[in-house]
Amino acid sequence: MSTKVVDRAPLTFYERTYLPAILGGLKVTAKHFADTVFKGNSVTMQYPEERWVVPEGYRGAPYLVKDQDGATKCVSCQLCEFVCPPKAIRITPPGADGLTADRKNAEKMPKEFEINMLRCIFCGMCQEVCPEEAIFLQKDYSITGENRESMIFNKEKLLKLGGTHAGIQKWKNKLEEAQAQETFPVDAQ
Amino acid sequence: MSAPAAPSSTPAPVTAPAAPPVETMTVMVNGKTVQVPKTMPDWQGKPAPTTMLQAAKIAGVDIPHYCYHDKLPIAGNCRMCLVEFGTPMMGPDRKPVLNEDGTPKISRSVLPYEPGTPRGAIACATPISPGMEIYANSKATHQMRESVLESLLINHPLDCTICDQAGECKLQEYSVQHGQAGSQFVETKVHKPKAVDLGPRIVLDDERCILCTRCIRFTRDIAGDDALGIVNRGSYNTISAFNPGHFDNNYTLNTVDLCPVGALTSKDFRFKMRVWFLKETKSLCTSCGTGCNITMGSREGVIHRYEPRENDAVNGPWMCDSGRLNYRWVGHADRLKQVLRTSADGTLQPISWNAAIESAALILTQAPQGSVAFVVSGRQTNEELFLLKKLATHTGAMTDAVARDGEPDRLLVSEDRNPNSNGVRLTGMAFTEFGFNLTKIADGIAQGRIKTLVVFGEDVTRVGIGPELLAKLDALIVSDILPNATTAAATLLLPGAAHAEKRGTFVNVKGRLQKFHKAVEAPGEARPEWEFLLELVHSLTGHNGYRTIEGLFNQMAAEVPAFAGLEWAKVGDTGVTVQI
Amino acid sequence: MEAINYLNPTAQMIIFSALKIGVVFGVVMTAVAYAVLVERKVSAWIQNRVGPNRTAPFFINYLPVIGPLLVRLGIFQPAADGLKFLLKEDFTPSYVRKVYFWLAPAITVIPALLTVAVIPFGSNLGSEKMVIADLNVGILYTFGIVSLGVYGIVLAGYGSNSKYPFLGSIRSTAQMISYEIAMGMSVIPIFILTESLNLSDIIRYQAENGWMIFKQPLAFVIFLIASFAETNRLPFDLPESESELVGGYHTEYSSMKFALFFLGEYANMIASAAMMVTLFLGGWTLPFIDALNLPASSLLLGLIHIGVFFAKMAFFMIVFIWVRWMLPRFRYDQLMDLGWRRFIPLALANIVVTALVVALFNN
Repeated sequence: MSTKVVDRAPLTFYERTYLPAILGGLKVTAKHFADTVFKGNSVTMQYPEERWVVPEGYRGAPYLVKDQDGATKCVSCQLCEFVCPPKAIRITPPGADGLTADRKNAEKMPKEFEINMLRCIFCGMCQEVCPEEAIFLQKDYSITGENRESMIFNKEKLLKLGGTHAGIQKWKNKLEEAQAQETFPVDAQ
Repeated sequence: MSAPAAPSSTPAPVTAPAAPPVETMTVMVNGKTVQVPKTMPDWQGKPAPTTMLQAAKIAGVDIPHYCYHDKLPIAGNCRMCLVEFGTPMMGPDRKPVLNEDGTPKISRSVLPYEPGTPRGAIACATPISPGMEIYANSKATHQMRESVLESLLINHPLDCTICDQAGECKLQEYSVQHGQAGSQFVETKVHKPKAVDLGPRIVLDDERCILCTRCIRFTRDIAGDDALGIVNRGSYNTISAFNPGHFDNNYTLNTVDLCPVGALTSKDFRFKMRVWFLKETKSLCTSCGTGCNITMGSREGVIHRYEPRENDAVNGPWMCDSGRLNYRWVGHADRLKQVLRTSADGTLQPISWNAAIESAALILTQAPQGSVAFVVSGRQTNEELFLLKKLATHTGAMTDAVARDGEPDRLLVSEDRNPNSNGVRLTGMAFTEFGFNLTKIADGIAQGRIKTLVVFGEDVTRVGIGPELLAKLDALIVSDILPNATTAAATLLLPGAAHAEKRGTFVNVKGRLQKFHKAVEAPGEARPEWEFLLELVHSLTGHNGYRTIEGLFNQMAAEVPAFAGLEWAKVGDTGVTVQI
Repeated sequence: MEAINYLNPTAQMIIFSALKIGVVFGVVMTAVAYAVLVERKVSAWIQNRVGPNRTAPFFINYLPVIGPLLVRLGIFQPAADGLKFLLKEDFTPSYVRKVYFWLAPAITVIPALLTVAVIPFGSNLGSEKMVIADLNVGILYTFGIVSLGVYGIVLAGYGSNSKYPFLGSIRSTAQMISYEIAMGMSVIPIFILTESLNLSDIIRYQAENGWMIFKQPLAFVIFLIASFAETNRLPFDLPESESELVGGYHTEYSSMKFALFFLGEYANMIASAAMMVTLFLGGWTLPFIDALNLPASSLLLGLIHIGVFFAKMAFFMIVFIWVRWMLPRFRYDQLMDLGWRRFIPLALANIVVTALVVALFNN
């Protein structure tokens, strides 16, 4: 497309005195002023009392979720810790003698799972990388604390805030499949 | 194929003895012609016909494989290394058939009953023949790999998220390179035993196993403990131990390294850290005089595992379990972290390093010749021993080291449990037999001739210089890593660094000088011994030294005859042999 | 109180002047604080927002209806703002020219406050005239002092040793000098008419002959617009245009030093408004009611006069604030064009015409 030069319409003398512009501005501002003062047409949201409706797909704070049986979904694979760009996630793996998962057959569960909400940039890469659908960016946007320590959320807190997220129960299905088999039944842990 | 006659015109090197001519043959890998030897050493080092896999490796082409390992007998059961190949076509007169341009006509390998279908050969076990062409990149080869991988994954549980092998798993790597994204397998997978307790150090997950039998071959042919085998048939093939729970020879953890997938995992490393977080540092095992080469896996100042590092001059690709698991003392909570000196009231008080060095220099300067003795350890590095020797010479001190012996085995474990006994001997800190001077030192203290004792890395109360003798000393300068009876009696305590926290060199029992690198930081105020010894030597003798380990090593090489001609930069990752 | 009558006139003058100075200073400072609040509130309302409505002292809970209303109007906000300015860290960057950097805020505020000295803000209370210094040359004094204000800004820009403040102060200098000429020339016809430079005389003239705004509308328009430029208000806020110069000449300032610039700006607005009321709207007088048009005969009337003066001033303050949301910022060349090629010739013409009219018709 070629550039199309549009001639600027010459201003009349009246327009060149700025008066129409000033009067126009006066009218607009006066109207808004009156609307606000007399009709109460305010766009302000009185924040702590009034809250914004968070849209679907909003990327708020990442929390851990439990499955429909109330079991921790995270298996401590540490991919989120690896992918996290600001290194906000810190997982302590269970170790050989550590606690086993609170659901059957998954063998592994994090001993500690910490997200430093001061470091977190809410990019959602942890959610994207998670092979167990155990971490989700939820709708919390107002995360406050009185000191730096309180902004590091531990596993317990993350699970409590995260709630339940039903999905395919991979490990449970595997266990049922194995138990239904004639030979090599896998012992339920 | 005739080997080219030795050209007489090229001047042969005068000094080097003529190496026996290596018989070679020409093959073509991915369209590239290479000369390869006719025979190559097999897993035992005996000459064996060169295989297609070895030829490809010489040509710089990696052929994927699971069951093949260059230090194990060939089994050829995983089929991953299948490649399409071709051989020169022979006429009825046993002469090569030629193309119109004069090149030999190649017949591609095909199924005998179905000539349209390419037929692969397992590269690991098929010897090459003259003029052979290997198509490691052809469409048929890729199809074969894809199919093999698909079969291997039929019963695989795909539980990478909880598998310790994830990140260093050949199954993952080849799946990315040659696998398919989806599975065609709609039937129920065969479920096999999981988390089987195979032995005190090994966990087996049979579902992940691809039945390559590397572990079986290792433990039978290398470790000499025929404890593993395959039981059951067909899809139910399962690795099992002769006496499950008692697979406990001293080399079991090598099967974990060998296992290309996550079937055999280490109990010690189980669920401890994902491998992609580990910083890999080239280091040495310090548990015995063999000096096995290791890779130290650490993350943020914590050592998580040792793994053997291949060095054919020392340990091959193996190491023993006892050495591999002997790393927890490095990060022990009891580590000495403070520089301490006896104050006027007789208690140990923290002081600064500068004050400690000054104090030690003062003690050693004021001590009359012959009133000082040094007891050093075969666990110090050559550089530290070299500096200690300078101190001993300056004070005219009597020196000795402490022997530490144990039961050897036929594979790797040495009788000498000090990693650097030869370093002590070569730097002149002790005679061939350790402990010769220890009784003399004890007598000297008892008679009041020796008033100052310097102890590095040893507990002398266990070798005849008991607390009652130590109490008679004017000064007891001790440097160690962990507290013991000697450090408790010290008048000046200098916390040292473990081998993982410093750089240096050791000389193993066979005279192999090897260097190791720093993986983690020393705790608290602890410092590498060579750093503060350098300062002490400077304060005492006035001679300045190098401030880096490289410079120090080179200086030592110039002054110690056994190390003559060596340079830090020229000592490679696998070390050099010195005369002992 | 009686004791005052026994003192000599000089002592009385000193006491009453000190009293007036104290009261006027206090009133101007409070007015500045509340001008900020009004600015925030009016701006908010024009933009369909609510403005400051949170600041509440602890005792507000004891006032049933009026308390929450005051809070909603943000009556306590200026106190909170002032406290904040006092408590913030006063940061001096390492690279500034310290003497000028520290001097600049003071030089900005002092002239702005000094201007108020000659404004007759009421007729009289008792026998005391409601002007701090009833100078013969009041208007000359005002112009002299106002032109000092530019030094504060120039020094701030120079002392900050940083590019945005520097650009801001350069713009400010050019702008102030340009518009001061137009402003000064625009009021000359008034003196031609009143034959006096004393502001009290000008008010008296207006009370007798009608307000100057009707006699000299052109002078009023030029003076009004020039005072926008002099106070750096939109549409002439080039010295501190946030979108281009971060904060303009006060970019590097913080805490109380920044507050002083702020204070100076609003004090300037108040002074300009007071000048306009005095010169064009008859000062404290109200026409058509004789009691209010003549000097007060009682204390009550005196207070009403002061009230009238403040009401007129408040009107101009609102205009200042309102215009901010009506017009976009001028381009620099437009600003210069308007000052030099429009207002100065117009003001000159106005002088000539007025002089001719006076010369031809009054004699």
